[in-house]
Amino acid sequence: MYDIASIYEAKSVDDAIRALKEDPGALIIAGGTDVLIKVREGKLSGCRLVSIHGLIEELSGVVLTPGGDIEIGPLTTFRQVAEDPVIRARIPVLGQAVDQAGGPQLRAVGTIGGNVCNGITSADSASTLMALDARLRVKGPRGEREVPISQWYKGVGRVDLAPYELLVKLVIPRENYEGYTGHYIKYAMRNAMDIATLGVSCLVKLDEQRRIVDDVCLAFGVAGPVPMRSYGAEAAVRGLPVEQAVSAIGKAALEDVNPRDSWRASKALRLQLVEELSARALAEAARKGGAAV
Amino acid sequence: MEVGKSVPRVDAFDKVTGRARYADDLCPRPVLEAKILHSTIANGWVKSMDISRAQALPGVVKVLTCFDVPAHQYPTPGHPWSVEEAHQDVSDRKLLNRRVRIYGDDIAAVVAQDALTAQRALELIQVEYETYPPLLTPEQAMADGVKPLHEEFPGNVLKRHVSEIPMPESDFKCAGDVLSFPGYHQFHGHYETQQVQHCHLENPVSWAYVEGGRITVVTSTQIPHIVRRVVGQALGIPWGSVRILKPYIGGGFGNKQEVLYEPLNAWLCTQVGGRTVRLDLSREETFQNTRSRHPISFDVRAAVDGDGFLMARECIAVSNQGGYASHGHAIVSNAVTGFRQTYLDQLAHRSEAWTVYTNIASPGAMRGYGIPQCNFACECMMDDIALQFGLDPYQFRYQNLMPPGYVDPLNGITCHSTGARECLEKGREFIDWDRLRREYQGQSGPVRRGVGMAVFSYKTGVWPISLETSSARVVLNQDGTVQLQLGATEIGQGGDTVFSQMAAQAIGIPTEDVHIVSTQDTDTAPFDTGAYASRQTYVTGHAIKKAGLLFREKVLAYARELLKRPGELDIRGREVVDAASGEGLLTLAELASEAFYSLDHCVHITAEATSQCKENTFSFGCCFAEIEVDIPVGKIKVLNIVNVHDSGRLINPKLAEAQVHGGMSMGLGYALSEEMKYDPKTGRLLNGNLLDYKLPTALDHPELHALFVETDDPSGPFGNKSLGEPPAIPVAAAVRNALLHATGVAVNTLPLSPQRLLEAFRKGGLL
Repeated sequence: MYDIASIYEAKSVDDAIRALKEDPGALIIAGGTDVLIKVREGKLSGCRLVSIHGLIEELSGVVLTPGGDIEIGPLTTFRQVAEDPVIRARIPVLGQAVDQAGGPQLRAVGTIGGNVCNGITSADSASTLMALDARLRVKGPRGEREVPISQWYKGVGRVDLAPYELLVKLVIPRENYEGYTGHYIKYAMRNAMDIATLGVSCLVKLDEQRRIVDDVCLAFGVAGPVPMRSYGAEAAVRGLPVEQAVSAIGKAALEDVNPRDSWRASKALRLQLVEELSARALAEAARKGGAAV
Repeated sequence: MEVGKSVPRVDAFDKVTGRARYADDLCPRPVLEAKILHSTIANGWVKSMDISRAQALPGVVKVLTCFDVPAHQYPTPGHPWSVEEAHQDVSDRKLLNRRVRIYGDDIAAVVAQDALTAQRALELIQVEYETYPPLLTPEQAMADGVKPLHEEFPGNVLKRHVSEIPMPESDFKCAGDVLSFPGYHQFHGHYETQQVQHCHLENPVSWAYVEGGRITVVTSTQIPHIVRRVVGQALGIPWGSVRILKPYIGGGFGNKQEVLYEPLNAWLCTQVGGRTVRLDLSREETFQNTRSRHPISFDVRAAVDGDGFLMARECIAVSNQGGYASHGHAIVSNAVTGFRQTYLDQLAHRSEAWTVYTNIASPGAMRGYGIPQCNFACECMMDDIALQFGLDPYQFRYQNLMPPGYVDPLNGITCHSTGARECLEKGREFIDWDRLRREYQGQSGPVRRGVGMAVFSYKTGVWPISLETSSARVVLNQDGTVQLQLGATEIGQGGDTVFSQMAAQAIGIPTEDVHIVSTQDTDTAPFDTGAYASRQTYVTGHAIKKAGLLFREKVLAYARELLKRPGELDIRGREVVDAASGEGLLTLAELASEAFYSLDHCVHITAEATSQCKENTFSFGCCFAEIEVDIPVGKIKVLNIVNVHDSGRLINPKLAEAQVHGGMSMGLGYALSEEMKYDPKTGRLLNGNLLDYKLPTALDHPELHALFVETDDPSGPFGNKSLGEPPAIPVAAAVRNALLHATGVAVNTLPLSPQRLLEAFRKGGLL
């Protein structure tokens, strides 16, 4: 039983922007795996929707640009991201992360753009996109602009989308992934159909001998109100031998995070996980990069 | 032999192709939709209600409130009615209630042209409450000065009972003397189990209409004949004016051994002129407003002699009943009885059981009926005693097990057959117990392994606690096949298949020639109280056997009349044969054709029998689990797990195995992740949905192994004993005991969730 007042199926991105301008109260729906749940719960009763579900050609797919950047259309489903050859070859950690969202049915319709626009700290793609410093290209009535993901999240469920704006591209710049290996750990109460209690994504770049951490990017979901980078921990272990970095990163990360107490999990549990899983994620990322740890 | 064969489920093809029809598939459309207004407080009164805006909404047919319902109260549990007033179920609810006893209590209902309109109308109803603080635990509910939830029970205690078994001649006067005797090892422990839900796939759904002055309710239930009685009681109408139809259902596990919303659905229908009204519960309503497994806390004591024999035990159990009695004290009563039975106490046993009303969602029947709870307490205790006094946990259990011929001193239930020891031996060998116990001793490091076990006994039916009766009818078809009509129900467990096999066995025909009538229509289905306990193969089995043998006699009598020849006749395959030579004399098709159309002696051959079962018996089994614990993140991974069962003779080994798999799955959720959680401030259920309530998924399961020890029980119709509930019983304690083995940390509260484990590991110095 879905209390939806109306739905307009946009014919193009520009048409969607026009429809939003005409009806400022309307909401965008793409895969529907977040919006429909809210409608069913009664949180959006009587809502008016503008659907971009059909704009596959404009908004879906993964492209490797001549410059080596990777561009992901926001309507690309979790499954498509996970199975995409470009993703698999160049940033497998992102495919691994989105392949842990919900279950097979959800991954067949849920989109990576929706995951990012929903603005939720537990989004399975978010911590990896944070670690990758993705850039988000949005389009509005006055054209396009690009937002670094570090400035995207404005609060729980709020992102840097102005009225009438649409996310049209997620861009992973070449320098942010080349030479890095990564690992994502989703810690949840179940192995499927669950929301992360904590998500940890770690990218690492090693020196030529595979002994020293040249660079590391550590990001979390559910360690605070929005997905976050752990810059302090990154700085603390940069330049250290891998083993030392692994043993130091967890404690250092505790300084950066601010998880909350809730009935789903205590702050103490989440802090314990931040410490333990940061180390595990770094160790596994380094292992993938050829380090002997 | 038709019994003992793994014939395919009779409903398999219809179910996997989606052809099988469930209650909602049968509902005509369009239909009037009913929605319920749930209270937004947990404890208090509805002072007033303004329905004017809801009533005025276009499309709304009727708004009814707790001020409109009949004044009398009615009972809801799926027990046979007792003709003795003292043993009747507690009548403690009205169709809609002014006295709010749980968060989300039913206080009004809307009937509208469509579901959305009904939902919108609910939002327009204004309610004024008088609010009391929510009482979520027995301690809170029994505190001085709190308001009673039910005026009939001023202290909020629904019932308390104490029992001691008769003692042999000795210096000890009572169990307490033995338990405090310094010459024995003395043990005491405290264990707690949580509230969990059945999570059957199909939520409760029903639809009702009036025809010919009688009301019909089509519903997803385990107990159609009981629903008929309770709808009659709730509406205050003659029971014969009620007709219940029960088609295929998507699981019940005890939740639908309760009369849930059929009475309200029927009453709403009568309030809109008898037009068809449908009432379809959401998953959230199913969590909040239907039944669950009782959280029970246990304080136990034991006295053990120097040779490791149990001299005496005591079990004090306090059961949290929530807002309404439902099955009430029967469950904790069963729990303390089950605690007593698995092992023999040489001298004494004392039980004390409490059932206390609180404001949590009301628990009721759920697979195992109190025994998964007491098994956790009992089997944790057995491991803890073994650890404390240097006993081997396997041997300690083995030597104290219920002996064959045991008669429960209080209810007389007798151990007619036991394969308990063989089950233990088989499980020990399968899991490689001796090697693993040695190997996993004294580990260090963040990831450790352990192996644990738990044992159970389980009575099969409900005799002598309440009536056990079942009726069956066998009807000849024109082609020589038969129809089997029962009041016993298929609820996904495979009942129809094993009933067909039993009838085929009794008559002497192939199972595929038995056409079972799966849908119960209380106007035509013979009387049976339904699917609960683990009773149907045992109790209904007797009725099927009796009716089948009677039918067989009638067929043979008619054959003798036709054949006019000397010598014994028999039915084999699809023929009447000479019993001595096996020579085929007459096909059943020929016989049927003659019986139906004979110009000389036409008769419709049918047989009907009632079997009142005044017997009961114990089944047994155990679980062995090997686990790996990731200490820093508080996670348990089950590496290997096996249940071994003595359920007597297996009617259908493949289905028996599947039954065990399902129960083990339920046991794993109970052990590791499932728990209903409440907001202490408001009493609201926090995780009443399948995202936040952590029912394990396929990816959370290890390979499940099921083994059997087949005994031949003399009291069962085909040597069989219970299997429906038992598989869920021993899993949680086995996993917990494996955790104890792996880490030395005893976690005495379920579930063994990461949060709880990390706290315990920290306390135990592991972190």
